[in-house]
Amino acid sequence: MSITLKDVEHVAKLARLTLTEQEKEQFTGQLNAILKYAEKLNELNTDDVEPTSHVLPVTNVMRDDVVRESVPVETALKNAPDDEDGQFKVPAVLE
Amino acid sequence: MFEANQYETVIGLEVHVELHTKTKIFCGCSTSFGAPPNTHTCPICLGHPGVLPVLNKQAVEYAMKAAMALNCTIADVSKFDRKNYFYPDSPKAYQISQYDQPIGENGWIDIEVNGQTKRIGITRLHLEEDAGKLSHVDGGYASLVDFNRVGTPLVEIVSEPDLRTPEEAKAYLEKLRAIMLYCDVSDVKMEEGSMRCDANVSLRPYGQEKFGIRAELKNMNSFRGVVRGLEYEQMRQADILDGGGVVVQETRRWDESQGKTFSMRGKEEAHDYRYFPDPDLVRMHIDEAWKDRVRSSIPELPDARKARYTSEFGLPSYDADVITASKQLADFFEESLQYTKDAKQVSNWIMGELLGYLNSYNMELKDVKITSQGLGEMIGLLEKGTINGKIAKTVFKDMLVSGKLPQQIVEEQGLVQISDEGAIASIVDEIVSANPQSVADFKAGKDKAIGFLVGQVMKASKGKANPALANKLLLERLNQ
Repeated sequence: MSITLKDVEHVAKLARLTLTEQEKEQFTGQLNAILKYAEKLNELNTDDVEPTSHVLPVTNVMRDDVVRESVPVETALKNAPDDEDGQFKVPAVLE
Repeated sequence: MFEANQYETVIGLEVHVELHTKTKIFCGCSTSFGAPPNTHTCPICLGHPGVLPVLNKQAVEYAMKAAMALNCTIADVSKFDRKNYFYPDSPKAYQISQYDQPIGENGWIDIEVNGQTKRIGITRLHLEEDAGKLSHVDGGYASLVDFNRVGTPLVEIVSEPDLRTPEEAKAYLEKLRAIMLYCDVSDVKMEEGSMRCDANVSLRPYGQEKFGIRAELKNMNSFRGVVRGLEYEQMRQADILDGGGVVVQETRRWDESQGKTFSMRGKEEAHDYRYFPDPDLVRMHIDEAWKDRVRSSIPELPDARKARYTSEFGLPSYDADVITASKQLADFFEESLQYTKDAKQVSNWIMGELLGYLNSYNMELKDVKITSQGLGEMIGLLEKGTINGKIAKTVFKDMLVSGKLPQQIVEEQGLVQISDEGAIASIVDEIVSANPQSVADFKAGKDKAIGFLVGQVMKASKGKANPALANKLLLERLNQ
């Protein structure tokens, strides 16, 4: 499998990144190099190995349904680029 | 109107149900409704860097319970995945959801439409987190975001494309709602957003195996909205097909006020969610002991109750359907039967007077004070002849508001039925002499006149005369 310039453009768009033509070329090359490196794994026989979704040997970490105090609205809004009436204010996303 | 004879409609529903846990799915913030904006948030649900979500066990158990009630197979191993997309209602730029190992799969429920029972497949049920709420300001150029709702646990229930008409879709939703209410995992109020429904709709010529191209409908916020939205959509697609056109696969928004669906352009490209396992959350291992414990908390479900009401109490299927649609109503019905044996009478009063009252005031059973003991004993008084049907209605209305027992209401207001022949006979005498014209009409063969005269007797007795006795004595008097 290899990555094309078009794939890079698509992923950049999904990530809301604007790339220059030079960057697109650069990332296409770098991503291909990474994938090629990972392809080494294909040399191993993994027929009896379960896919790993987590490296820790831990399961069922859960909490009880007990309310904990939330942060004050002023704190919640501290990193907001803009706010109004106790709410985050953002440019409209038109549907 | 849509002509159903040329195309078959194929509908699959995706239903989101908010679980009514006390706290959010991955943090301890409250889920209570109606708090001032952004007062139920914390670094976890606001998606700050470096925080760790911790799963709410109650949310998992509610999801298991719901999945079991929908006859799903429960996963032995389940995990959470990230669904990546940018939208201001999602602070992390991904939603924690489940991709390939949902809590439940391969379930079904039975629905009934026009007296026919039909089994609808349930593809899967998975757990995920809700998004925040957007409101648009500045003439549509800006949005305000309230993150109180973000992180509220949801189950998404995906049906197989087994539904064929808007009515079946409605019946499916109503059954789903009833099951969730019986399991006590959600309030399932469509109007308040604790139950939401998207639909995949396509048409195909009758007899064709292959599905047509589908549109996904969003924003149908009521049972009626779902029916109207689907009806509109099948008409729209039929028009396109009739004209030799091709339906575009797209997402369309139902506009309730205009009664139309509109294309949501731009949504197509966003359908690349790049799911991957969430590294912050470890796997769930659901063993048999845990499954058994959750399974044992599921009460008798609507279908089982309905079957029992028809077999054990001899209720007509229609009555059983209406009463079992709500667990509260069904419980009330059964409790009433501790005080009377007449199940059909109890059913009549529940379906007539009680539901009539509740519906006209948009109330629920918990909003009125009548007790099951009150209803049961009132039916007992009717059977004994202490009160008649007319008095019973007065007593019933009083019980709705006061919660008193019928005996007390009857005594306080002197509502005991008059069954004393002498007392009624003297009223009959009065009415007969006061209404010579009606008496003459009756004797001339106009049978209707008797109804008027009985009415007058009842009126003179302030509704307390035993109607059967009044009728009998009046006839005797007139035929003398």
